[in-house]
Amino acid sequence: MSKDMTGAEMVIQALADQGVEHLFGYPGGAVLPIYDALFHQNSIEHILVRHEQAAVHAAEGYARSSGKVGVVLVTSGPGATNAVTGLTDALMDSIPLVCITGQVPTHLIGNDAFQECDTVGITRPCTKHNYLVRDVKDLARVLHEAFYVAQNGRPGPVVVDIPKDVQFALGSYVGPENIEHKTYKPKLRGDADRIEAALDMIARARRPIFYTGGGVINAGPKASSALRDLARLTGVPVTSTLMGLGAFPAASRQWLGMLGMHGTYEANMAMHGCDLMVCIGARFDDRITGRIDAFSPESKKIHIDIDPSSINKNVKVDLPIIGDCAHVLEAMVRGWREGGRSTDGEAMDVWWRQIDRWRARNCLAYRASDTVIKPQYAIERLYAATCDKDVYISTEVGQHQMWAAQFFRFEEPNRWLTSGGLGTMGYGLPAAIGAQIAHPDALCVDIAGEASILMNMQEMSTAIQFDLPVKIFILNNRYMGMVRQWQELLHGGRYSHSYSEALPDFVKLAEAYGGVGMRCDKPGDLDAAIAEMIAVKRPVIFDCIVDQQENCFPMIPSGRAHNEMILGDMAVDLDEAITDEGKMLV
Amino acid sequence: MSHPPERIERHTLSILVDNEPGVLARVIGLFSGRGYNIDSLTVSEVSHERHLSRITIVTTGTPMVIEQIRNQLDRLVPIHRVRDLTVEAASVERELAMVKVRGTGDARSEALRLAEAFRARVIDATTESFVFEITGKSDKIDQFAVLMVPLGLVEVSRTGVVAISRGPEAM
Repeated sequence: MSKDMTGAEMVIQALADQGVEHLFGYPGGAVLPIYDALFHQNSIEHILVRHEQAAVHAAEGYARSSGKVGVVLVTSGPGATNAVTGLTDALMDSIPLVCITGQVPTHLIGNDAFQECDTVGITRPCTKHNYLVRDVKDLARVLHEAFYVAQNGRPGPVVVDIPKDVQFALGSYVGPENIEHKTYKPKLRGDADRIEAALDMIARARRPIFYTGGGVINAGPKASSALRDLARLTGVPVTSTLMGLGAFPAASRQWLGMLGMHGTYEANMAMHGCDLMVCIGARFDDRITGRIDAFSPESKKIHIDIDPSSINKNVKVDLPIIGDCAHVLEAMVRGWREGGRSTDGEAMDVWWRQIDRWRARNCLAYRASDTVIKPQYAIERLYAATCDKDVYISTEVGQHQMWAAQFFRFEEPNRWLTSGGLGTMGYGLPAAIGAQIAHPDALCVDIAGEASILMNMQEMSTAIQFDLPVKIFILNNRYMGMVRQWQELLHGGRYSHSYSEALPDFVKLAEAYGGVGMRCDKPGDLDAAIAEMIAVKRPVIFDCIVDQQENCFPMIPSGRAHNEMILGDMAVDLDEAITDEGKMLV
Repeated sequence: MSHPPERIERHTLSILVDNEPGVLARVIGLFSGRGYNIDSLTVSEVSHERHLSRITIVTTGTPMVIEQIRNQLDRLVPIHRVRDLTVEAASVERELAMVKVRGTGDARSEALRLAEAFRARVIDATTESFVFEITGKSDKIDQFAVLMVPLGLVEVSRTGVVAISRGPEAM
């Protein structure tokens, strides 16, 4: 059924037909017709942010915590350019978004008009796909296509740039039913023979490991559930990237913790020593592999991924399986059950005993203190106070993010929102806002650093306006901690510009926004303060004053292999630990 | 750490795309953004009714990089098909060049003789210059241009490589 309406009305109709309930945005000249159309309806709630970057991060938090597509609406020019960081973040972390940008009228495009920029040109490398809609007759189709592209295959952000005259123009609307994409048809089901081959390899392996990533989260709860089944059936140990935390329960005995640069000793040693690695929805990122020519030298590698371009990109694998993690894992569970396979019990016992010896190294141990709050302790206490609650954790980027990944334990997928690929400081608060919109009754906590939080601090206003009781838990060490740690390790302790000078009083700042401010600097007061923070049903900034000097360990120094990691209690000359070539890496 | 030097290969890719604004920028942006080489690139519409264009790219890289390029191209939304003609099928490649040579006397007649030997055609002439049109494999054109240098070569314009698989099958 087609129906005549304006371009602006089509946007709203298309969003409603796509099941969109929430929209994160900021108005401006080139999107006024769409804002006018929003004014006339009640089905979609618009969340007014205070900066377009935050609109995109909020949509990411919304998408990541709910499994839906996040939707953003911003104006032309600076509205679009401000969104670029968020779009790049979503591309790197494979988050499904549709971002609608206003554009100057078609006759002004290319004229350097007021608030004009080449939005499709600028966003081409930082989106999965983008469109400039020059004719209203294409608009409805393009909008539906945008939702299709954003969420099918490897998810990602899609920009639809709509000139103002197209928003005013009349055209006929078509619904999503009859839209079929002519070129983009990603493969969902893994090749059956390869799945059989993979199961044979698992059955034959003596030291297997599952290395899982964000793709398992993206593939939905079915994928996590199938991963749990497959791990239970086979008895294989499981580790995960930063992006995949929660797909496998931290409470399981088979869970080794996160791997990679700040991963656990047992996870990295098991990756290094395994004879079969099954990579599921992860991409052999440089934070994971460390030195690539010494990465897991003795293993056969199976790689399950929906994106063929992830295969053999960094690490050559023996058996690629292209497909959606949920489909492939479910097929593997079925195949394992029906095929009557089993792993080599004796070999697995030996393997698990080795892993237990690595575990006994207790790599996350830190020196406790009863005078100063250790950042690790703060996360542990936050976890203890919230683990029985319906909780969503977001983070900013830096030491606090790694400590959160190490010490907060996730049992379920979609509970952990963090900027992994791009590493965007300023991600956490808007992401927590997005998660809170999607889950109004849940506890949404942004674990932050005092430097990162200032990058999108203005979003406190959004939280106040929409009555979102998000908690900002700042591990305040008065340093850009990870920068400081690297300067200590690589640059002779010359802390060039990494000291947080002239910090605001976060308690007063919270109050100035209309929220609640709290401060805690004594380990003995921490539990009571955290309990109070949780009890307050308003936005809270919790200024947790922590040890300034604490470093984040374990750490694989740049340019080193998994079995060359530094632990917190090792007396090593850190300067020696990193080679000159390692210093060139990031 | 030192890696053994990997073999660098030259591959010809044929890419069928929707003829829509920006599609060439997507392909080129992929190559520049990821640091892949473009030795030659041609693009033209091949089916007006179906809005299809065909891009031919000659690139060089290690086998792993070539595989990456293929897969990265394949996942661009407006791309219909990618074929690596170097590995997937026997193929024929041609390039067209226009070569301007300026000179008089012996050099001029020598240029004309060589042009005949290379089956190049004269498509423009003045009393002191020729423009030759030459078609063939890239190395033939390279060779022709080299020979023209001492005879008064002033300018070359080349199309870049176009290629198609041999036999009855379409891509």
